[in-house]
Amino acid sequence: MITVDHISKRYGPVEALKDVSISVPRGELFGLIGPDGAGKTTLFRMVVTLLLADSGTITFDGHDVVSDYRHVRRNVGYMPGTFSLYQDLSVRENLEFFASVFQTTVKKNYDLIADIYGMLEPFADRRAGALSGGMKQKLALCCALIHKPLVLVLDEPTTGVDAVSRREFWEMLKKLKAQGITILVSTPYMDEAALCDRIGLLQDGKLLRSGSPQDITANFDRPLYAAICKEPYPLLLALRKLPELDSVFPFGTALHITAKEQLDLPALHKELARQGFSDVELQPIEPGVEDLFMHLMQ
Amino acid sequence: MTGAITIHAKALTKRFGAFTAVDAIDLDVHAGEIFGFLGANGAGKTTAMKMLIGLLMPTAGEARVAGYDVYTQSEAIKRSIGYMGQRFSLYNDLTVLENIQFYGGVYGVPPAELKRRTDSLVHDLGLKEHVNTRLQSLPLGWKQKLAFSVAMIHEPKIIFLDEPTGGVDLITRRQFWELIYAASAKGVTVFVTTHYMDEAEYCHRASIMVDGVMAACDTPAALKEQFKVKTMDEVFYQLARSAQRAE
Amino acid sequence: MKTFRAFIHKEFLHILRDRRTLLVLFGMPVLQIVLFGYAINTEVKEANVAVLDQSRDERSVSLVNALFSANWFRPVETLKSPADIDRVFKAGKAKMVVEIGPDFAKRFAEGRAQIALIADASDPNTAKVVTGYAAQMIAQWSRRFSTEHTVEVLPVEYRMHYNPEMKSVFLFVPGVITVILMLVSAMLTSISIAREKEHGTMEVMLVSPLRPGMIVLGKAVPYLVLSLLNAAFVLVIGLLLFGVPMNGSYLLLLLEGLLFILTSLSLGLLFSTIAKTQQEALMLSLFVLMMPTILLSGFIFPTSSMPWALRAFSNIIPAKHFIIILRGIMLKGNGVAVLWPQTLVLAGMCTVLLGISIKKFNVRLQ
Repeated sequence: MITVDHISKRYGPVEALKDVSISVPRGELFGLIGPDGAGKTTLFRMVVTLLLADSGTITFDGHDVVSDYRHVRRNVGYMPGTFSLYQDLSVRENLEFFASVFQTTVKKNYDLIADIYGMLEPFADRRAGALSGGMKQKLALCCALIHKPLVLVLDEPTTGVDAVSRREFWEMLKKLKAQGITILVSTPYMDEAALCDRIGLLQDGKLLRSGSPQDITANFDRPLYAAICKEPYPLLLALRKLPELDSVFPFGTALHITAKEQLDLPALHKELARQGFSDVELQPIEPGVEDLFMHLMQ
Repeated sequence: MTGAITIHAKALTKRFGAFTAVDAIDLDVHAGEIFGFLGANGAGKTTAMKMLIGLLMPTAGEARVAGYDVYTQSEAIKRSIGYMGQRFSLYNDLTVLENIQFYGGVYGVPPAELKRRTDSLVHDLGLKEHVNTRLQSLPLGWKQKLAFSVAMIHEPKIIFLDEPTGGVDLITRRQFWELIYAASAKGVTVFVTTHYMDEAEYCHRASIMVDGVMAACDTPAALKEQFKVKTMDEVFYQLARSAQRAE
Repeated sequence: MKTFRAFIHKEFLHILRDRRTLLVLFGMPVLQIVLFGYAINTEVKEANVAVLDQSRDERSVSLVNALFSANWFRPVETLKSPADIDRVFKAGKAKMVVEIGPDFAKRFAEGRAQIALIADASDPNTAKVVTGYAAQMIAQWSRRFSTEHTVEVLPVEYRMHYNPEMKSVFLFVPGVITVILMLVSAMLTSISIAREKEHGTMEVMLVSPLRPGMIVLGKAVPYLVLSLLNAAFVLVIGLLLFGVPMNGSYLLLLLEGLLFILTSLSLGLLFSTIAKTQQEALMLSLFVLMMPTILLSGFIFPTSSMPWALRAFSNIIPAKHFIIILRGIMLKGNGVAVLWPQTLVLAGMCTVLLGISIKKFNVRLQ
């Protein structure tokens, strides 16, 4: 459905994107994951025809996004990262306005947004500016869907949104995917990676890896361990000094450790005990997307 | 935690007209503790935090921060805490050094002492080659770490962090938390809000506000056990999905 | 067409729901008229002066020479009959006419000479200052010849043609209309587009199948309508409250108004392609538009009393030309025959600006 082929883009001295290639088949939910400044917004803007690449091509539903940008504009639903609707218009007015921008009516495509809009209907006359973050998100999604697009492009739709609303939002995306809509979404939250069919890890304009979350973590090539103890910070400092370890990072309540080769755990226990860490639990673990991303970043 | 109590609140309440933004919350945070302050948008998090740092007068209840009363001694509170706002609180058009000097001056750090602290700060963050670089050309992650260190320039006993890691990359986020750990190890109280639920696990204790009320407050491990779930994200979801009100 | 209607509808909702915009729209005109109703005294240099000398004797020639010896006045024309006076003023050639009656030398010797200083009072500031200077110079001149006699100040007769009571508010109403039109069309348009950029709605709009021309038009039309309403509002206040005359054609006023609005709108569009935030748009409008429009257009300070550099600069300010047009139509009843040079300048500016801004308003973000 979308093919990004060797795309590069510079802003003056800054390389925003370096030779990025991605392909997203029809009906897939693809997540672009990376921190601020990684190039997510730049790539998405190119897909939706707002920016031109320095080199490389992007096709959308078989059409080139540069020469045939009108086709893209008719068939894409886009939610920019800054999208915050018209704050001074009501929920209903916003929706009706966007429907007319896309030369359609709310009635015609109501079935597509019925689920989501149903939750907003009690507040139809409230101004968008007075909605909660989660509700704004839902309304923005409705506005992006109102013309029945083939593809949804959502730039960081869940940033700054609380955990409950984020979860609801992903539920909605899942339902939309089931209706055959291809979805391209970006996020800085690693825990959302697992909710995508496939993901791309973007850092400093480079696509570090792409594939399904399972495939991506499968080729993590180092032994990975978790260490748990009561006082993780002194332990972290102690572990960093050990030469056989590759990296040590805090990871929730645990510390995640990568090693150059398989560790002799009993020996490590003994060494740590000697240094005064007697309550350390050490065990090998399966890597997550976050472990891999951090590994690739170094 | 056994350290002295540095942040204390009892039945702390803030009403705006008929709306109760913060409804009688109780809170005791100890020296050296990393305290996570979580809640959905509109749960009353920001309001509660503003009362604690002396920016907003409570309607009822009591609160003492660093031993000072929030009603009568807000100036003393402001002098004895550090604060790092959402996203970024430094000046982009000033250099690293100018930013440090400015904040050092604001908090009245003596010049000789400021120079010593500046040197060690620059050394710790590995910014030696960039002291004369304007902030706008530094990566976001570096800026966040610098903002934290600058907020600590007057060596406060308590630091308040409002969503300090938004948008920052994975490794920098960890480095940021290591700065927090280091501060805590020196006995500094860290009061932090975040949207990343996995970060709640880094805290010694975490509280979750729902509809202006403190719905839970315990160690992450105890909270997860209480709700019989594996992650803080689940704990949060269980509590916050019943929320009635929004922003 | 349906889309277009939706656009206009939305834009009006924005305007009606924003107290600040409404204040700018309807509060500003009233405030400005009241404020500027009381004029500020200004200095005049090198005012154009015509002379009607019906004596042409030794004394009258000496007086005329004395008048032009300092740099205050510049001679433009020597008139032949009183009928010429009207013509000179209508054409805007002179700020003042010095009329010397017959037998000046004889009457002067008898101590009963009269000189009429006729000033163009559609510009009361200048009129007051110019006649003041002239009276002073005439008094000085007369002292030269009659020191041994008792010094006699010559009686000066005012005969104001267009604004008999020297009401400055007459002059300011066209100025206020100009500023309001500029404000509404350029500033509000650029701010409203910048707001859409800030909220990301512009991005969505650009990605929609709408043509950019439609987006521009959707923004321009509501403000065009509002500007016209507003101009009418100020005009009515001026006519009813202050009794400002309206001597020319309403149709011409409307057409010239449309031309000026279009020019301002293009400026607003141009700004909005540069500014990314509402704040930037506001700053641009204030410093690039409002300040020059208010200070250098001849609205408050006559351009004729400016140093040459500023005077030259004032020519590129659209408002300057529009103020001349408005004063011409309202106060003097001028028609196209007189106002065509300003109209042509304005039309040229409009074409260039509109061209640039449409070219710059891209289908993409770059």
